[in-house]
Amino acid sequence: MSALAFTKLELAAVSRQFKGVTALADFSLTIRNGEFVALLGPSGCGKSTTLNCLAGLLPLTAGAIYLDDERVDLLPPERRGFGMVFQNYALFPHMSVRKNIAFGLQMQRVSRHEIVRKVDWALDLIHLTEHGDKRPNQLSGGQQQRVAIARAIVMEPKLVLMDEPLSNLDAKLRHEMRTELRRLHRELNLTTVYVTHDQEEALSLADRLVVLRNGRMQQAGAPEEVYARPANAFVADFMGYRNQLSMVAGPVEGDPTLTRLSGGGIELVANGTVRGQATVAIRPDGLTLGRTGVNDIPGVVRTVEYQGRDYEIEIEVNETTSLFARINQRVTAGDQVVVNVPRDHVMVYAAGADPEADESRRDPIHERETV
Amino acid sequence: MAMTGTPTRRRPRRSLPRALRFVPSWLFWIAIAFFVVNLLGLVGTVVVSSFGTEWFDSWLPQGWTTHYYATAWGSFQLADALIVTVEVAFVVVAVGLVLGTPAAYVLARKQFPGKKLLMLGFLLPIMVPPITYGIPLATLLYKLHFGGTLTGVIIANTVPAVPFVILVLTPFVEQIDPKIESAARMCSANTWQIFRRILAPLMTPGLLAAALLVLIQTVALFELTFLVSGPGSQTLIVDLYYAVFASGIRPEQAISAMAVIYMLTTLIVLIIALRYVSPTQIVAQAKGNEEETDA
Amino acid sequence: MSSMGTLDLPRVQAPSAQPSWRHRLRDRGIDRLLWLVAPAFLFLVLLFIYPSVYGIVLSFQPMDHSGFLGNYVRFFFDPFLRGTIGHTFSIALPASIFNVVAAIPLALAMRRRKRSQRIVNVLLVTPITLGTVLVAEGLLNYLGPRGWVNRILMGIGLTDKPLPLLHNMWGVIISLIITGFPFAFLLILSYVSGINPAMDAAARTLGAGASQRFFRITLPLLSPGIANTFCLTFVLAFSVFPSATLLGNPSGDSHVLAVAAANAAFQQYDYPLASAISVITAVVELLMIAIVLGLRSRLYSGSTATGKG
Repeated sequence: MSALAFTKLELAAVSRQFKGVTALADFSLTIRNGEFVALLGPSGCGKSTTLNCLAGLLPLTAGAIYLDDERVDLLPPERRGFGMVFQNYALFPHMSVRKNIAFGLQMQRVSRHEIVRKVDWALDLIHLTEHGDKRPNQLSGGQQQRVAIARAIVMEPKLVLMDEPLSNLDAKLRHEMRTELRRLHRELNLTTVYVTHDQEEALSLADRLVVLRNGRMQQAGAPEEVYARPANAFVADFMGYRNQLSMVAGPVEGDPTLTRLSGGGIELVANGTVRGQATVAIRPDGLTLGRTGVNDIPGVVRTVEYQGRDYEIEIEVNETTSLFARINQRVTAGDQVVVNVPRDHVMVYAAGADPEADESRRDPIHERETV
Repeated sequence: MAMTGTPTRRRPRRSLPRALRFVPSWLFWIAIAFFVVNLLGLVGTVVVSSFGTEWFDSWLPQGWTTHYYATAWGSFQLADALIVTVEVAFVVVAVGLVLGTPAAYVLARKQFPGKKLLMLGFLLPIMVPPITYGIPLATLLYKLHFGGTLTGVIIANTVPAVPFVILVLTPFVEQIDPKIESAARMCSANTWQIFRRILAPLMTPGLLAAALLVLIQTVALFELTFLVSGPGSQTLIVDLYYAVFASGIRPEQAISAMAVIYMLTTLIVLIIALRYVSPTQIVAQAKGNEEETDA
Repeated sequence: MSSMGTLDLPRVQAPSAQPSWRHRLRDRGIDRLLWLVAPAFLFLVLLFIYPSVYGIVLSFQPMDHSGFLGNYVRFFFDPFLRGTIGHTFSIALPASIFNVVAAIPLALAMRRRKRSQRIVNVLLVTPITLGTVLVAEGLLNYLGPRGWVNRILMGIGLTDKPLPLLHNMWGVIISLIITGFPFAFLLILSYVSGINPAMDAAARTLGAGASQRFFRITLPLLSPGIANTFCLTFVLAFSVFPSATLLGNPSGDSHVLAVAAANAAFQQYDYPLASAISVITAVVELLMIAIVLGLRSRLYSGSTATGKG
């Protein structure tokens, strides 16, 4: 499409404080044209603040935002040329679908003829051509969502901001809309910043993932990278590393690239050079049943949850420690099993490097601002 | 209530629920009927009296006539009072909305230091008896030569009208999702466009409700007009008060006729107003908006 | 209003270091949008606060030069004036208590009768629209010694001679109920419908009977609304003026504060005394409200709706 000629959007050390609470600290990120960036984190992590700062709905406390070389963070939202899709859609209830989509074009004084053409195009794009004259409350949640997307992209914005747009939809619809969003992003060559707390959504949609906690960036990278190599225990937890163990790391004689871990009645060997108190994170699907000779842990199956394709089971190793494994063979509670932990699947993080690790989950900061 | 056999200590606990469930269903209609009968009684007395010739010690007057309506119309200058009433009511509604709406918007949307104090300030004119601030206000208006004039009456009546608009409108603004405004802003709308194209249409039910309530209040508000008005600037209700207060000078039937005319006026105002806004519709609209934005 | 267009458009092409005090002020909610309250605020100051202050100042300058507190001393030493406080309370309190107490069960019963709600609403709104003066005029005939009420009472043999319902405080109280009850009913009804019906259902599943549900769920949830309603009907009843002069005995047991103030101003032309009585009226009324609201905050403070926006 046209007029989207920018190469990069840069957030330079953006900070946002509200009444003394830091909602976003020193956030720097460069977004390339055409990229799909997902901001991921639990509620209160600062992801929505980032989005609202980008939109111009919240002022920055410090830092700047550049579109190529032009500084945009001092512009009011209506002059930035960004589009936004809101969590509860925020459709104008008193306007028809067509009028909702046309609103932004009217504000930009696009000619009437052109408005009709573009609204038709947008309605076709979201497959709602025959619903154009309905009011938002006559549409289903998924249809309302599509109208909200059409309203944002019909303006051909330089950047589309999406604030948890799928969180109000049911699971099936959410999956369909995910595919739809990805299709629109590719077809229209949009640049998208997408906020979500759902890691699956973020992994499936984004070219790049940014994980936030307590207003601080934890990790940024390709979905595969973040998923396979979480930067710290928090990101690991958020990425579904359900087994988190507090262990002590020591050297392995004869091999400096390995670490010997012990704690909770378990002994493990892992890659890495971390020494001392450590947090160990293992994904349930990293564990397998059966003996291989290294990192074998015997235990008793306690619970079995059927998940459709496979089972998630809880294995009690001893009185203090349980492991979660995702396996595709059927076992029953009470079975004696041996789980194997492949060395490559063990993530080891030095404890203390991450003082906020637990506090964040217990005490999230909810930024209560009306935007 | 009549339960037998159960130990005495448990009896009240078991029988009370039944009593509570049972009593209101007939008591409800008796209470409402009692109220309505008395209401119709007092309105009926006035209507019957206005059409009667002589009515002393009997259920109904001895004869019927419409003669006293002419007497009332002539001797109380009712045409003037009617015009004054309508003028005052509509100007007060307009001023109330123009001043109250922006304030209601800010009070609904923003937190700022001193907000509670400001809210209290806006509540006070409704809370304290009108006569308490009416007397110094009247004194002041007389000093400024507004006393006894139409302008003075209008000024005095806006004092409770503006807070009233704020009070009614603030919840209406609160239930409009602020994200809708943000969405409009992201569609390049500036503040004025947001107000005209988004807020004003969404607030219409609230604006109508506020207008209706201020209208009714202004027509019925007695004290302030009583304190400020003079000959030629009296609204119907003040005219009526003077007529009742000085009864004996004029035939009672003429006063009743005047009261009927007053009732008809408020009824017409109410019917006109209700054509544009019905209370249930306001609620339905408000709920509708809520669902649309929340769904 | 036309100035709105420029209000929220910070067209400042400010240098990179934007003054942080502006940001801090904006965080606290002080920005240009606040100007929208200015007209209403100015209006409040000019037409309410200024006259009130003027009245308060005037009340301390008695006409007989009896000193700073002269008017107040006079009020509290003159039994005729002092008695107005008692008269006002003995009219306003029974009327507003009756209105609220009667409104609660009726509003609760109304909740289950959605269909009849509309017609009852219209019937009840009527006396509010009629206004106090008309109700007074109607009651003058209706409650009079030869009025329909006394005819019926005598007809069915409840009384031998007409009940004295006029020109005493009874007439005033009845008129306050007729105008005040619908108000209380509609308010309580709105508070009742604000209570989430799921709570009643929840209490029922937990084994609570109707009376337990009423006393332990509905009434506590309703109590802030009851307090508010009481305050509002009390305010209406406390400022009673036309019905006191028309239906009551304005020089006897319905010589209320408002009548005393009006008499001082328009019969004796003693504006300072009238102002002093006004100040006393406002203070006494606000004290009463403060007490009720203070009690309310000790009862239950929180949401009645849960989840319903």
